[in-house]
Amino acid sequence: MATDHELRLRERLTRLRGLNLLGGTRLSAELEKLQRQLERIQAAPTDEEIWRSVELARHQDRPYTLDYVERLFEDWVELHGDRGRADDAAVVVGIGRFEGRTVALIGNQKGRDIKERTKRNFGMAYPEGYRKAMRLMELAERHGFPLLSLVDIPGAYPGVAAEQHGQGGAIARSQALMSRLGVPIVTCVIGEGGSGGAIATALADRVLMQANSIYTVISPEGCAAILWRDAAEAKKAAAAFKPDAVHCLELGVIDSIVPEPEGGAHTNPDEAARLLGEALRDALDELEPIPADELKRTRRAKFRSLGVYA
Amino acid sequence: MSSRIDVSIEHRNVPEPPGKKHPNTCPACDSHYRDDELEAALWVCPHCGHHFTMRARTRIASLADEGSFSEEAADLRSEDPLDFFDLRPYTERLAEAEMKTGLGEAMVIGQAAIDGNGCELAVMDFSFMGGSMGSVVGEKFSRACDSAAQRGVPLVSITASGGARMQEGILSLMQLPKTVCAVEDLHDAGQPMISVMTHPTTAGVLASFASLGDVIVAEPGALLAFTGPRVVQQTTREKLPEDFGLAEQNLRFGHIDAIVPRPELRAYVTRLLRLFGPNGD
Repeated sequence: MATDHELRLRERLTRLRGLNLLGGTRLSAELEKLQRQLERIQAAPTDEEIWRSVELARHQDRPYTLDYVERLFEDWVELHGDRGRADDAAVVVGIGRFEGRTVALIGNQKGRDIKERTKRNFGMAYPEGYRKAMRLMELAERHGFPLLSLVDIPGAYPGVAAEQHGQGGAIARSQALMSRLGVPIVTCVIGEGGSGGAIATALADRVLMQANSIYTVISPEGCAAILWRDAAEAKKAAAAFKPDAVHCLELGVIDSIVPEPEGGAHTNPDEAARLLGEALRDALDELEPIPADELKRTRRAKFRSLGVYA
Repeated sequence: MSSRIDVSIEHRNVPEPPGKKHPNTCPACDSHYRDDELEAALWVCPHCGHHFTMRARTRIASLADEGSFSEEAADLRSEDPLDFFDLRPYTERLAEAEMKTGLGEAMVIGQAAIDGNGCELAVMDFSFMGGSMGSVVGEKFSRACDSAAQRGVPLVSITASGGARMQEGILSLMQLPKTVCAVEDLHDAGQPMISVMTHPTTAGVLASFASLGDVIVAEPGALLAFTGPRVVQQTTREKLPEDFGLAEQNLRFGHIDAIVPRPELRAYVTRLLRLFGPNGD
């Protein structure tokens, strides 16, 4: 398994080295990235480690968006409502001061206790949540605020009203809007990156993942139910589709992994926040000097290059 | 909740349930037809108007001027980046789908003319692994956008898909932003996209390029839902409205522009191509 990937990456490396078409700087960045990925492969996680990531990503004490906001932001003002029909509590948006600059933030938010979980619909957004996020993206663009998005969603809500209010279209349009923004966008998956519900706010210049988060096209249970015809085979499904951060990095889906405290983010939220803050700041520092047009062009080119085919 | 997820989506080696209808028997009115009868009727039941699933090549023949279609990227094939193995290897499923459908993947793209109007076609085929979108479908759609932009013609997309192809894991999810960015680049190049949603257009395809058409139309009775009725029912225990997720409900709630019966589709698309075309002539 690892050797297959290794070969593929080595092949890509070789092909890139022989290529004169790309701009010099971007090419060396790409080479560096591939080299890093190769180094990671030696330490590819086992099936057990993958499942541990699934469990930690869903841990009930794992810090959520607002836990990080509280630790990383000054002068935070939360904004509410999609200006159309509702305020979706599963999506938190606002502006705040982060490392000396005003930033706009979009984050998924689960609840701590049963009352809050119900209020926040277990973190599962309605189309109203995505429209609220889009409203904030427009605000960020208007005022030149960098956009941060923290992803932690089991999946977009699968309900009757969500469908009637246009769940699919809202997810599509939220991505489309992100692809048009001229401000820097940094996304970090901080728990569950659940399918369409996650990608709706993850079309970013830099996509990061915390070490114990997962990024999936379908939940392990859903995949097991369809392919193994038994949701209890979730562990097998997770091992097969590899939603952990290391594999996502290997596949070029994310740009880097944000370390967590030993034992997971929930064991030391302050330290987890410090590490996350550092990674977000570094990414922003890197992106801010880049002109808007180039940001947008490179962002689109990056996503348009994703996929493996012959 | 997890233990109750319906597992009937993909059965294999399971005896056909008694009363399962022949593919040429209309599920709505039980009329039965020969292939050539359905072919002549564009796979629409002549008795009740039910729209049967239409294969990609048949669809192209029904829309494009004779001899005008020139396929692109026909040789693209999926790889197996995860060495995915559930009950069978992904590579085996792919080979079987190719044998069964005669197609290399779940999407066919190419240049075409419709009633003399040049355009690019991107047509999905539900028979190939449920029209699921993996790296190749994403790449083909992306190339269709580029081809349309380069030639300065509109893109006509016809979707039929169960969503992202989970055998490609997270890379299949990445086809959502990939195709979204492709449409945005097409729009920046000044070209429109006409999205025709056919049964079913769900999940990852609905939540990406299919929903980004300048004009979105659907075939009658098509299921257009991010989450299908079975999963909604099982997850939420809600009572579902009768037309839940169907084209008719989507029209009522403002998500699509029109429902166009298949026999009228060619004329409808032609009119749009003329309106979007140079000088609106």
